[in-house]
Amino acid sequence: MPSLIWLVPAAAVVIGLSLVVNAWVTAGPRITIGFQTAQGLEVGKTLVKHRNVTIGQVTAISLSKDGNHVLVSAELLKSARSLLTSDAQFWVVRPRVGIGWASGLETLLSGSYIAVEAGDAATKRTEFVGVENPPPLTHGVLGKSVLLHAADVGSLALGAPVYFRHFEVGHVIDRKIDAGGNGARVVLFIDAPYDVLVTRATRFWNAGGIDLALRADGFKLRTQSLASVLAGGLAFDTAPNAQDVGPVASGAEFTLFDDQEAAMAPPAGDPRYVRMRFERSLRGLSVGAPVEFVGVNIGQVFAVDLDYDEAAKSFPVIVTARIYPRRMGKAYLVLEQNGTATNEEKTARLVEQLVARGLRAQPRTGNLLTGQLYIALDFISGARPVRFAANSQTLEIPTVPGGTQELQQKLAAVVAKIDRLPINEIGRQLHADLVDLDQTIGDFRTQVLPAGTASMQSLRTTLDRVNDTLADDASWRERVDQTLDEARRTLQSLRSLTDYLDRHPEAVLRGRHPSQPPVGEKSAPVASGPQ
Amino acid sequence: MSDPIRTLTAGLLACQTCGLVSRRVPDGRPSYCSRCATKLHERLPRSAENALAWLIAAVILYIPSNLLPVMYVSGIGGGQESTILEGVLSFWRGGDWPIALVIFIASVAVPATKFLAIGLIVWTLYRKSNWARRQRTALYRLVELIGYWSMLDVVVVALTSALLQFEGIGAAEPRLGIVFFCAVVVATMISALSLDSRLIWDNGAHQ
Repeated sequence: MPSLIWLVPAAAVVIGLSLVVNAWVTAGPRITIGFQTAQGLEVGKTLVKHRNVTIGQVTAISLSKDGNHVLVSAELLKSARSLLTSDAQFWVVRPRVGIGWASGLETLLSGSYIAVEAGDAATKRTEFVGVENPPPLTHGVLGKSVLLHAADVGSLALGAPVYFRHFEVGHVIDRKIDAGGNGARVVLFIDAPYDVLVTRATRFWNAGGIDLALRADGFKLRTQSLASVLAGGLAFDTAPNAQDVGPVASGAEFTLFDDQEAAMAPPAGDPRYVRMRFERSLRGLSVGAPVEFVGVNIGQVFAVDLDYDEAAKSFPVIVTARIYPRRMGKAYLVLEQNGTATNEEKTARLVEQLVARGLRAQPRTGNLLTGQLYIALDFISGARPVRFAANSQTLEIPTVPGGTQELQQKLAAVVAKIDRLPINEIGRQLHADLVDLDQTIGDFRTQVLPAGTASMQSLRTTLDRVNDTLADDASWRERVDQTLDEARRTLQSLRSLTDYLDRHPEAVLRGRHPSQPPVGEKSAPVASGPQ
Repeated sequence: MSDPIRTLTAGLLACQTCGLVSRRVPDGRPSYCSRCATKLHERLPRSAENALAWLIAAVILYIPSNLLPVMYVSGIGGGQESTILEGVLSFWRGGDWPIALVIFIASVAVPATKFLAIGLIVWTLYRKSNWARRQRTALYRLVELIGYWSMLDVVVVALTSALLQFEGIGAAEPRLGIVFFCAVVVATMISALSLDSRLIWDNGAHQ
């Protein structure tokens, strides 16, 4: 019997075999993924992760046979077998930066890894083609996807947010150009539980960037969020007065409007085309300019054409406009009720009646700053009656010149009047008068002035003399004074004479009594008789 | 020249532990050393067989010790496991060729030498050959000398795992491979211990 020592190698064999068997049993699937580049991938180091849980490792990297892409072999855990559906997606998580978002930054430190997102397919496979960008949608997330038709994608980037009343409820997951090249399709994903908000009456509009409006009531600025200003965004809401608010299935199609006004406006209905012929230039009228009927926007200018009038040798402007009669609102409903607006013939007749009452198309200034024109359909009083052809396919609405044109005419008249003034005549007359005046002044200066000066001088001399004469120390004043003194004395003495005579009337005959003081000398008051 | 006196024929036994030479107990009963009471043998029983068995075990265990990773080093950029040879290569590429050389010698050259040496000795013992007896004895001495140096790699892994523990920046952990390698070293040491080199000179007289 061999000794028990042989159990030792036997045990070694058993251990070795068990290791081998264990490795073989727990081996997971081996897969091959094709990528454009192996940047950031290392054999034996790069991990394969699903929802950030490591499920495998890269075992080999090689070039494909045609050298166009890279084949990455990886060994996964056994538990990852369920992820390998036919539509599973593999991508390399690297740092990626876009406008308003950045992803994969942790891989700057930890190294890139391969992420996998399972799909829904029933079949499985082991050879995959990796995608270059992470798929926008995580598998298994609840919600609804919605397809929008748009004229262009505007500034909508992948991942741009979708808002409902300023709540972020979803994001853009795909955008591509339409098959025919006329327009674009944008695919959104609305997360649960907000996906029930999308109904048949929902309207979507482009809410990215900044919505600026300068209106009669002031300046209005609207944005959704900073992210949407930078990266674009969409918003949606239920149309007002909508009857049909039934739910929609995933993948429902809607139109993308340019802004909230356009989205929330009542449906425009079928367009009708009208043609207008203007005699004068319509500078400032661009395609897309609004057409208003009694102040209500009912359409826009579709085309602006030049025509040549052989007879008048002029170039009238033919403007074709697209109008939506339904935008007349209640008026349209009323007209529809009494059956005048339902089909083309009736509409034509209605327009004929309106034209007979004075409906004309007139270009008016919409914006004084930019000089933009718009077409106004309005009732002009005193308009010349025109013949209206009610049977043509495109209704032709008669026109009147625009308000600015009248202003221009008046200005022209005023200018003409100014022009007619005899400016030359007036100028000549004025010239002659001025020459006369000049002469007069010259005469005045040469003749009148010296004489005047001389007169002034003599007057001054006279006045000096008068001054002298009237001066206090003038000699004649002295004489006058003396004379007056003498006169006074004389009168005094005369008075005393008369006084004496009055008292002694006999003195005339007798003479003065010697006791009496001589006339003129003061005598002592004597009580005498009546004086 | 006459044959030298052999203790086998003289009925004397030397104690493997303390070296005392004692007279053999007759009648085939086991003899014990009078000094240290170790059981006395003429030659280690089933020496070649034991040596072979342990050698085979060591060779078998050598395979997983090289295939399985021996250490796992993690840094900021992630972690990586490495086998013995991968470790040698990484040291070599990193410029540390003395360390790479030491680990290569200790983990690859020495065990291989031991496998070959002990294997050769056992095989020649089974063949009862007299070829190169002196050299074979020298070989046996070499095996005994270098035997435990293979544990160098195990000590390296143990020390690295104990010291390289930086929270968040880096850490090192041992892996299953080093256990197998340790088993290989132990097995070869036991194999060498079991082998009684005196058998080389027995001309096949004793097994």
